[in-house]
Amino acid sequence: MNRVLVATLTAALVVAMAVSLLAGAVWLSPAAIVAAFAAPHPSLARIIVSDIRLPRIVLGALVGGILGLSGAVLQGLLRNPLAEPGLLGITAGASLGAVVAIYYGFAAAFALASPLFALVGALAAAAAALSLARGGGTLALILAGAAISSLAYAAVYLALDLAPSPYATYEILTWLMGSLADRSWDHVALAGPFIAVGATLLLFTARSLDALTLGETAAASLGVDVARIRLLALVGTALGVGAATAVAGSVGFVGLIAPHLVRPLVGHRPGAVLVPAALTGAIIVVLADLATRVLRGSAQGIGLGVFISLVGAPFFLWLVLRTARRTA
Amino acid sequence: MSAIVFTGVTVHRRDRAVLKEITATFAAGKLTVVIGPNGAGKSTLLEAAAGLLTPVAGTITLGGVPLTALGRREMAQLRAYLPQRAGVDWPLSVERVVALGLTPSLPAFGGLPPALQPAVDRALADADLTALRDRPATEVSGGELARVMLARALVGDPEVLIVDEPTAGLDPRHALDAVHRLRARARAGRTVIAAIHDLDLALRVADNVVAVKDGGVLWAGPVGTVVDADALRCLYDVAVRVTRDGDGLAVRFTE
Repeated sequence: MNRVLVATLTAALVVAMAVSLLAGAVWLSPAAIVAAFAAPHPSLARIIVSDIRLPRIVLGALVGGILGLSGAVLQGLLRNPLAEPGLLGITAGASLGAVVAIYYGFAAAFALASPLFALVGALAAAAAALSLARGGGTLALILAGAAISSLAYAAVYLALDLAPSPYATYEILTWLMGSLADRSWDHVALAGPFIAVGATLLLFTARSLDALTLGETAAASLGVDVARIRLLALVGTALGVGAATAVAGSVGFVGLIAPHLVRPLVGHRPGAVLVPAALTGAIIVVLADLATRVLRGSAQGIGLGVFISLVGAPFFLWLVLRTARRTA
Repeated sequence: MSAIVFTGVTVHRRDRAVLKEITATFAAGKLTVVIGPNGAGKSTLLEAAAGLLTPVAGTITLGGVPLTALGRREMAQLRAYLPQRAGVDWPLSVERVVALGLTPSLPAFGGLPPALQPAVDRALADADLTALRDRPATEVSGGELARVMLARALVGDPEVLIVDEPTAGLDPRHALDAVHRLRARARAGRTVIAAIHDLDLALRVADNVVAVKDGGVLWAGPVGTVVDADALRCLYDVAVRVTRDGDGLAVRFTE
């Protein structure tokens, strides 16, 4: 059953990515794309596809995938259906890093400054959460993450208040809303390796997450090294989500909702949720990015993070109400 | 062969000594029941025997090998441990929960190998759970969940079985059934340690008893020789009448 689900989701992701390749300010037909790539000379269609849409779509799939995967891992690890990457301060740390880069003008000096700073911020936040929670349990980790998160966001808002120019304020705000606009292969090359390493670490937790269903003591008796799993999950999330936030800004909600969508389909096993949740996250972000491109309200378009939250929140509420009715 | 031996074991929880210089033997092929008043340290004793708490002083050995010298995975394959008030956090099916007991024998990735399915089926049948196998474990009754958890601990047929209050919440038939299955494991040569609150039940099936009070062993030995009214009065600080009949010992607490 799991194999069928993974195959179906993979097919859905491929279709979503293909449709996304055709849609946008300039609509292309599949025939036009084939013709553009068959032609000996570069054409407008070819540039649109290879330099504008493809990197953006690949990045969307990577970002959504790692968000869904780390959400699933964190929910399994903390045995809490509300856990998501933002909870542990990692998204906030990345945001602060990027804001520092924009605020002090590093971003203006070289293009990849904000993603690099964001990655450093994410890793620093994860390290801080882990060292604050050392020796404590799961609850200590959640509380430490919440504290770091608040602190980092406070610093972000302080930067907004004190921003040197309206332009910097605007740039920080756009970044906070999350977007895949104007992302290039450079961004894919920057985030890709970190996301790949992070995802690998996260996938290694699957078996232990299943055992953790029985609680930490019982899991330990089944041979699970709970401290090591916690480290794997946190470092994996910091690398993967840190890199994703670094290139796409803060995209909330995907990490929370993707595991919930697929959990009933895999018999609620925390370890079996991981791959389907990653694929679902990728589909959500690719489709949301497609929607923001098609539904251009203003010249800038709707922020990706804003769009996902706008559509996702009511849907999530519906899901919660349905679950509540069933368990009541 | 795989007896668990405590020698001068002191265990701390949050800097507080919960077990103080415990010396005790849990023999292989025997069902040893740990009894004692609330807060005496029974659960800590079981957790230490399972190798999940490291003593600050003394040694615990399994078959002559210190527990600290055994690897995590090796230990997981040798013994099963069922904590008190065990529960599940996700609505997994009863069958999946029981199969989690086989985690130490599973490969790093992939599902349950088909070769292990018969063990799961047998554990479900033994625990009278076959009809409930597809039911979410969060939706069964408290007693049914306790049976699921015991089946989870028994499914791998480990060398050492350590169970904390496996009969809490069970109806009489299933409680008797549970302790008989524990004793059957002991008869098959396994080392079985159980904390059981129901004294009548505990003394009826136990081979040996370890009485724990205030973090120390008050008395220990075979049920037939160490348990009498005076011993139980010392342990629980209430007057006790013990009668013997064909089923074993019957305990009545008096005012």
